[in-house]
Amino acid sequence: MAEFQQFTINFGPQHPAAHGVLRLVLEMDGEVIQKADPHIGLLHRGTEKLAETKPYNQSIGYMDRLDYVSMMCNEHGYVLAIEKLLGIRPPVRAQYIRVMFDEITRILNHLLWLGCHGLDIGAMTMFLYCFREREDLMDCYEAVSGTRMHATYYRPGGVYRDLPDSMPKYQESRWRSGQELKRQNEARAGSLLDFIEAFTAQFPGRVDDYEALLTDNRIWKQRTVNIGVVTPERAMQLGFTGPMLRGSGVAWDLRKKQPYEVYADLDFDIPVGVNGDCYDRYLVRMEELRQSNHIIQQCVRWLRANPGPVMIDDHKVVPPTREVMKRDMESLIHHFKLFTEGYTVPPGEVYAAVEHPKGEFGVYLVADGANKPYRLKVRAPGFAHLAAMDEMVRGHMLADVVAVIGTQDVVFGEIDR
Amino acid sequence: MTTRHEALASRIAARFGSAVTAVPGTAGEVTFEVAGEVLRDVARTLRDDPEFSFETLIDLCGVDYLSYGRDEWETNDASHSGFSRAAERPVIVPEDDAVFDPRRFAVVYHLLSIRHNLRLRLRTFTGPDNPPVVPSLIGIWQSADWFEREAFDLFGILFEGHPDLRRLLTDYGFIGHPFRKDFPTSGNVEVCYDADRGRVVYQPVTIEPRVLVPRTIRDDHRYEPVLKGPQRNG
Repeated sequence: MAEFQQFTINFGPQHPAAHGVLRLVLEMDGEVIQKADPHIGLLHRGTEKLAETKPYNQSIGYMDRLDYVSMMCNEHGYVLAIEKLLGIRPPVRAQYIRVMFDEITRILNHLLWLGCHGLDIGAMTMFLYCFREREDLMDCYEAVSGTRMHATYYRPGGVYRDLPDSMPKYQESRWRSGQELKRQNEARAGSLLDFIEAFTAQFPGRVDDYEALLTDNRIWKQRTVNIGVVTPERAMQLGFTGPMLRGSGVAWDLRKKQPYEVYADLDFDIPVGVNGDCYDRYLVRMEELRQSNHIIQQCVRWLRANPGPVMIDDHKVVPPTREVMKRDMESLIHHFKLFTEGYTVPPGEVYAAVEHPKGEFGVYLVADGANKPYRLKVRAPGFAHLAAMDEMVRGHMLADVVAVIGTQDVVFGEIDR
Repeated sequence: MTTRHEALASRIAARFGSAVTAVPGTAGEVTFEVAGEVLRDVARTLRDDPEFSFETLIDLCGVDYLSYGRDEWETNDASHSGFSRAAERPVIVPEDDAVFDPRRFAVVYHLLSIRHNLRLRLRTFTGPDNPPVVPSLIGIWQSADWFEREAFDLFGILFEGHPDLRRLLTDYGFIGHPFRKDFPTSGNVEVCYDADRGRVVYQPVTIEPRVLVPRTIRDDHRYEPVLKGPQRNG
């Protein structure tokens, strides 16, 4: 059998543990990985090139589809870049709404990560639990934007509309009726803020449930402790950001270090790992769930007490309301210009970054004064993480590859763009 | 924030002298242009010198300045001649020449110093060579690996010293560099199933490229202070 020691295997692109369309070419010595060569690009759609052919606002929807599990955070990076070029700042209420939805998105992302990561390495229950909570948060997306995933809710100058006073409710159907329907609609009786507040009140308990299943679980620890260890120096060298960097013990979070929107006024902590292995990154993300929940609670309190505009009043950038448009000539002209040609931004270049659930999501925008971007570069956090795949899995067993893919939290929408 | 970046800009200007050229830009962002010959030395100093300590290369991307500042909307000329103005597309001649405009292709580096909490942008123009070449920074920041492969794939920029410069995002066997401005958005080839041959084949694209909203550059008085500033590469 000795001559079969060295061989190459193909992992993906249709493997359920590959989290999308990752194709890994693994060179193995027995069951030990000698070299991993990820082949990506199977989901490449040329988003950046498409954005060059469209007015600025029409590309916001493309941003949702980059990292399709943290939609609004992608929009946030793009919208911030445009705002930086235009030199505008949204009203404070809009900033709070954005922060609140960024954190809702972070929970959404981490729940999907936890569910899939768990499923990959043997914790089936997590998947079902996480999707139960995701359902409620998707309803928040639906309430503000009408869609459950690709919201297109953030706009340069604010957010598309204010928070609604009512929640969408379940309808009677073959699967839902009587007492069950009533119970499910009970939490949806009030406004969106009531619904979110009720969610945040019970969510820490839910995180306790997840932790009860995993944190001291012997199997979980065997699969994650000392797997994919990255030292802080290597993490910086490899361009890691977000939980991947913090798991290695570097206290770096853009929300604290380079605060955007109203993060400077909010109270939250940044969890940091020690060993830089999969288990520490798991602990960091679990604590981030709690911290995000805490931030959402603060935003809800503020938003209840401070009504106000959610869009700036500059109709060279932001369309006027429909009521005004119907009776005011100038508003009609503004509306027409904005929806046919769009606004032009001053020439220049700008880099705006947000602390995306996966790391630093940056948007580099080169503008030549036209109504479309001249060049748009999306700096996707997962891209740098996946590039380090080879280094992280070398010398590990084949089964650990799945744990490392899970801990990197890769989503191919943003990596392939 | 801004004053710290100004201090960084003056430190870099003092340290590297004529090797770098400052580019004016948005407040709070520092941009320098670096010649390809000195790029590696400058990058190494920026990483290792505790005064700068840019430990992370956060992003690297190519830019093609071929049609920078050109619009598709013949506002002034067309006002006497009717309604056909929006349909015009600028003719970008594919450049198969031996030399390029030396300021056509650029590689833009975004650096991050975690220790000092500072960001820096470097830009290197590739010069007139065809294919364009810049030195690889993979020996200085490991994260340059895939970013350089991506820039090679999308723009055809070669990175001298990169050990494994393969295509990354496009299909196996793809021809061309899709993010160049002379590459049509709809591409050159499409795939379809050929029933006669019983397999999937490539054929020239059958869709016509069209412009839904023309590119428009307006002389907007609100941006006058910006426009008056020194311009790069107009």
